[in-house]
Order: sequence, then structure tokens, then C-alpha cells
Amino acid sequence: MTLLNDTEILTDEDIDKSFTQEFLDAGIDTVDHCFQCGTCGGGCPSGKRTPYKVRQLVRKCLLGLKEEVISDDSLWMCTTCYTCQERCPRSVKIVDIVKKARNIAARAGYMATAHRKTGSFVITTGHGVPINPATKELRKRVGLGELPPTTHAFPEALEEVQKICKKTGFDDLIGFDEKTGELKD
Amino acid sequence: MEIAYFLGCIMNNRYPGVEKSTKILFDKLGIDLKDMEGASCCPAPGVFGSFDEKTWASIAARNITIAEDMGMDIMTECNGCFGSLFECNHMLKENEAKKEEINEVLSDVDREFKGEVNVKHFAQVLRDDVGFEKLSSIVEKPLNLNVAAHYGCHFLKPTEDIGIEKSAEDPQILDDLIEITGAKSVPYEEKMLCCGAGGGLRSRDIDVTLSYTKTKLENMEAAGVDAIVNVCPFCHLQFDVGQTEVNKKYGTNFSIPVFHLAQLYGLAMGLGADELTLDSHLIDADPALSKVLEEYDKLAAE
Repeated sequence: MTLLNDTEILTDEDIDKSFTQEFLDAGIDTVDHCFQCGTCGGGCPSGKRTPYKVRQLVRKCLLGLKEEVISDDSLWMCTTCYTCQERCPRSVKIVDIVKKARNIAARAGYMATAHRKTGSFVITTGHGVPINPATKELRKRVGLGELPPTTHAFPEALEEVQKICKKTGFDDLIGFDEKTGELKD
Repeated sequence: MEIAYFLGCIMNNRYPGVEKSTKILFDKLGIDLKDMEGASCCPAPGVFGSFDEKTWASIAARNITIAEDMGMDIMTECNGCFGSLFECNHMLKENEAKKEEINEVLSDVDREFKGEVNVKHFAQVLRDDVGFEKLSSIVEKPLNLNVAAHYGCHFLKPTEDIGIEKSAEDPQILDDLIEITGAKSVPYEEKMLCCGAGGGLRSRDIDVTLSYTKTKLENMEAAGVDAIVNVCPFCHLQFDVGQTEVNKKYGTNFSIPVFHLAQLYGLAMGLGADELTLDSHLIDADPALSKVLEEYDKLAAE
């Protein structure tokens, strides 16, 4: 059986031109420069290992296939290694396209819990990877301060980071509950 | 020379030996590392950059304003931090509208991004500000190690903006810095391949991440290296912790010691495993350390 099902065929109804416009508005006008040569996919290490197809992603963003792009798990398989962008003969800002598509996906609720958790660590400590007791001991042993001179040691600096996350709505975006200091679900 | 020293997260909160070694190295080189008091996560490009550009740029810009207040350029030893801070600095310097947008956020915490400083990578400072000749002078114990140089991704790329190397296909900077210590940078297959951890992939899908790491380890082992040398604490963690995870998942038995470039210089200055916190690594560094010590004994005997 090689025929596509009706549900697998894309039509004009799947196209949302405002999606493409978001890339253009963000200054990523090079999305329109892609001529689909496939150099990007040829060098993509995630393309070798996962269903992630970077050439197809750029095409879908240009066509306005919003749901196709943001609901696809493989959007998150890119390590942002820049191999595609370095080799692109049309100088398309491919990594910017990936990140912009992810921003739109995140707003639509497609966020991994583990990522939201890392975000919550920055809100509660200022660090994506906060200190732990073992490292405190190591730091002391080698004569560094037990706490690094970061938000860990300066509560007022941490407050600034928290204010920023509130102002930009990052706390709501990841579903952070200020009262419990944890994610809502 | 004074420079604002950006710590980040993984170096200072997991591998403090990297920080310690850097402080000793820069003390010898006569460069004053100044604390950036109250700096935070860069923030992590894979989570913040992928979720919300405005939050990412605001937190990065806040970090940059700390160095602007100090009147100094920034140095970081992590590719992720370098990627975030360099890219944000570059973007806000080039794009007036973005700068205004971010400064509107920063005004709530009484800060303003002015665009007055540069963001530099540790390896770039060693090559361009210190220079190879001066750097050679601090090597007290040349290392007879064969190592695999791991560049990582956000150190050189996008090359068009960063400009540390013209191309990232066959760069030299890390190999050159390694060889100053006496160690040999050995070629291996797919040398420029990512460690697999970046872009939020390690926390999103560890199996994909480990498939990258496994390829790297296989290629490094095939080249017969004594150690892996990196310039990024996140890659460092991926090769250290990730190596044990690869072994568990694939039933392999990789045991290649992992050094950040700063730790390699620490060894070349004669610092011990204790000071470099190598004893806290999951992958035992002893095989590489024993090889170095044997060479010293041989030289001493001659």
C-alpha cells in the first residue's frame, strides 16, 4: 500500500500565511531564499539519527504549514550545531528558523516538561544547573568560595532575574507557580 | 589586563576544578579575572532561546550590563554561555529596535544595555590576547598525551558573526592550544560532530543525545587517544556523565578521561588531580595522569 491517505494530503486549508509572516517580521527574511538544494539535510547529524528533516522544515515554514511544523516532535531534535547554516549556499539563517519555530510551538503549548523544569530552576535560583552539596564541598576544598559570586550569593540579583521572567511572561509560558516555587503540573 | 569573568552554571556548579585552574593560569599570565557579581545563567540557549527569544535576550543582556558597569570585556569558558552572550551582544548592537525592546524590559530592574563591551571565549583570549609564545612559558611539565580535540558547536559557529575562525570545517585554534602543552592533537573521524547535548536535546531525548556521544567516543577510541579535551563544560559533562550513560545503554566499556582545556593547562603547570577536581569526574582520569607521571619520572631519571 503506497497510496497516501486523504488525511496525509496537504491542502490550502493547511496553509497559514501569518506563520510565514512571523519569520519575516522577526528579520529572518532568508527563509525565502531557500531553493531546496538539500545541502543542509546532507550534513545534519540529527537527520541521520531521527525523523528530523531540516530541508523540509524550512520549506514548511515558508509555505505556512504551521501545525505540521509546531506539532512535530522532530522540531526538537536539532542540537543547534549550525552545520547546516555554515554550509548553506544561500546563507539561510536556518538555526534562527528552528528557534523561531520552537518559540511559536512553545507558545502553542508544545513544551517538554524537562525543559519547563530547567526554566523553573533559573526562576528559583538564577541557574539552569544550580549548585549541589557535593560541589559546595569541592569548591571549599580547592579554595573557591562555597557559593560562586552569582545569583547564588546575591539574592537581590536573583530578584532581578525573577522580575525579568515575570515582565516577559516567561513564568506563565512555562506554567510556573510563584506560590509553590514549582511548575503547576 | 582586566577581564570580567563570566562563570555560568555547569563549570562553577559541577566542575569547579576548571574555574580553579583558570584562576591559577591567569594569575601566572598577569590577567586579572574580575568577578561579575550577581550574574546568572547565560541563559541556556536550548531552553530559553528555544522557548522565548525576548526572555533569553533580556537575561543575557542583563548579564552583559554587569560587565558594562565594570567597564570590561567578558570572558567565558563555556560554548553555551559564549553562544548566548555573544549572540545577544551582537544582535542588540546591530539592531536598534531589538535593543529598545530589551531595554524596555531591563528598565524594570534599573539596567540599560549600551553595547560597550565585547564577549570573548577563553580559548580566544589565550590565542589573541595572551599569544602562543607567552602561553608556552607557563608550561612546566610538558604532557606526553595523545588527545582528541572536541571543539563543540557554539565556540566557532556561526563563523560569519563570531569570526574566531573563517571556517568551522577544519579549524586550528583548539589543536594549537592543546599542542602548546606538549600534548598531541590526534585526528579522528567526524571530529567536528556535536557532542549531542545541545539545543535542549539532552533533557528532551537522551537516547538521541547518547547516539551522538557514542559515535564520538567510537571515533576517538579508534584514534587511540589518552583523553578528550574540550572548551565547554556542557560538552565536558556530556563526555563525562554521558560516557557512563553510553556504557549503560549500549553495553560498551568506554573509559576515556575528559579534560577541559583549562584543566589540561593545569596539568601542564604541574597542578594535581585534587586541585583540578579530577577525582570528582565519573570517568577516571588516572590512566592519563599515570602516563604523564611516567614521563616525568623518565625525564627526571635522565
